Amino acid sequence: MSNQGVDHGRRRFLTLTTTVVGGAGTVAAVWPFLASLKPSERAKALGAPVTVDVGKIEPGQRVIVAWRGKPVWFVRRTPEMLASLPKVAADLRDPESKEPQQPEYARNEARSIKPELLVMVGSCTHLGCSPTFRPDHPAPEIDANWQGGFYCPCHGSKFDLAGRVYKSVPAPLNLLVPPHRYKDDHTVVVGEDQTEAA
Amino acid sequence: MAIIPNPHKTTGFLGWIDDRFPLTKLWKDHISEYYAPKNFNWWYTFGSLALLVLVNQLLTGIFLTMHYKPDAAQAWHSVEYIMRDVPWGNIIRYLHSTGASAFFIVVYLHMYRGLMYGSYKKPRELIWIFGCLIFLALMAEAFCGYVLPWGQMSYWGAQVIISLFGAIPVVGPDLVVWIQGDYIPSDATLNRLFSLHVVAIPFVLVGLVVAHLMALHEVGSNNPDGIEIKKKKDANGIPLDGVPFHPYYTVKDILGVAVFLIVFLGVVFFAPDGGGYFLEKPNFQEANPMVTPEHITPAWYFGAFYAILRAIPDKLLGVVAMFGAVLILFALPWLDRSPVKSIRYKGPIFKTALALFTLAFIALSYFGMQAPTTLGTLISRIGTAIYFGFFLLMPFYSKIDKTKPEPERVTYEAH
Repeated sequence: MSNQGVDHGRRRFLTLTTTVVGGAGTVAAVWPFLASLKPSERAKALGAPVTVDVGKIEPGQRVIVAWRGKPVWFVRRTPEMLASLPKVAADLRDPESKEPQQPEYARNEARSIKPELLVMVGSCTHLGCSPTFRPDHPAPEIDANWQGGFYCPCHGSKFDLAGRVYKSVPAPLNLLVPPHRYKDDHTVVVGEDQTEAA
Repeated sequence: MAIIPNPHKTTGFLGWIDDRFPLTKLWKDHISEYYAPKNFNWWYTFGSLALLVLVNQLLTGIFLTMHYKPDAAQAWHSVEYIMRDVPWGNIIRYLHSTGASAFFIVVYLHMYRGLMYGSYKKPRELIWIFGCLIFLALMAEAFCGYVLPWGQMSYWGAQVIISLFGAIPVVGPDLVVWIQGDYIPSDATLNRLFSLHVVAIPFVLVGLVVAHLMALHEVGSNNPDGIEIKKKKDANGIPLDGVPFHPYYTVKDILGVAVFLIVFLGVVFFAPDGGGYFLEKPNFQEANPMVTPEHITPAWYFGAFYAILRAIPDKLLGVVAMFGAVLILFALPWLDRSPVKSIRYKGPIFKTALALFTLAFIALSYFGMQAPTTLGTLISRIGTAIYFGFFLLMPFYSKIDKTKPEPERVTYEAH
């Protein structure tokens, strides 16, 4: 075959347009595959709020409830437990809860709506393990100034009894306080925000 | 149209094939006329053993897939079913689970051999890089496989490893949800890891092994002296210090296979959980998203990298260091500035560095499997510094090191 009489401009144009259109088509074809890996409609629907009766939780006791597949802790803190919070403040990374790891209405020293009742997602902010409840103190194997709190068995992160993270541990943030509200005095709804009126 | 006769002059059935497919050519190029250095020692059996373990994993994996159910509600029970009700199911599963650990033992020794004899140096950079990619694929494959029984360690291992991607700034948290296909590791996660474990990664792995061997057979094998046998050839163009792979090294490798199988099957038959290291105790409990096991540790072969993650008290930097520890291997061919390949002719600085690196890797592997303690963290930090120091300082110390002259021919005593 001879190259005589070949329209090079036309050939370049066709090569270029074929490449561009084909390339765009390939990129577009990738999208459904990547998007198929996102949470399905069923998975999204399972994130509904959970109602919990907290009236029967004894002082010092912890109860675990599942919300969106994650453990949510309810701890009824004793006055001694609450009194321990300022004692560890100097050892903490974010003692005043400046990072948005809680709704505004839980941004206080006890990181809760009612000081005695702690509501918290029990997933370590490092890599998502569920820390162990260690109210016992002293516990020098955990920390010289241990006043009780939560200890992550995976990588040794430490949190106080308000879920505030200690310095020089792998976890970067305080434990997450989920959106929650009091339906009445002893019923908490996890997954719905406290309104101004409540 | 007449067929052009094949150059091997084979006739009959083989001739018919050779006229249409390069069967004799492949056999000669890669087996019977592949000339390997005659001075290989026992370190050189781990390559073929890795291939053997790969075949074991593929074969046992195919049969496990016939009984296993990739469903969060059924996975655990289907593994119990394999163990108790499927005839010989427990042996097939133990061959697979012990095979995973054996794979890493063999591959680590194979890599260490390369490190000692400079098998990554020019002209073998691509063999090394394909090898590093195999190692990466193997880690991904092992991680996915460990999740499948959906025991406690499966679940929390998945939680920890997938959360590593959450450390990436801005997109991290969304990326984790995308990888999991849910807000927590769940049925969707298990199902996709199953797909990767039995289809995608094995394909990639086998392809990379082929590339690794093609690159090896293109440039030829290194040897314990680290000199090129192709520099001295006889009148027929055959290296003077080379022997055909078959029968010399096929027979030698069969001996390696025999020794390996005695040890491997000993573990499979008599200690299939490997003392809690090959199959960890918490994985004998079904996954429970509400309770993390007291001591969560990775499988032993990830211990060193996990210790590096834990050693650094910063989430993002810890993750970067952990992945960096694997990725830095790729740069090795360009970090080593030594004029010689083999440790036999390298100087005291390299030997000391390699010894320290070896100790650091073992210490990291050990402390990566222990519960976090102050002492363990301190040793892990020192180990991490040595690990990275070994690679990052190599351009300097390998250059100033006092090397010995390489011999003209390989050192070899007939036996």
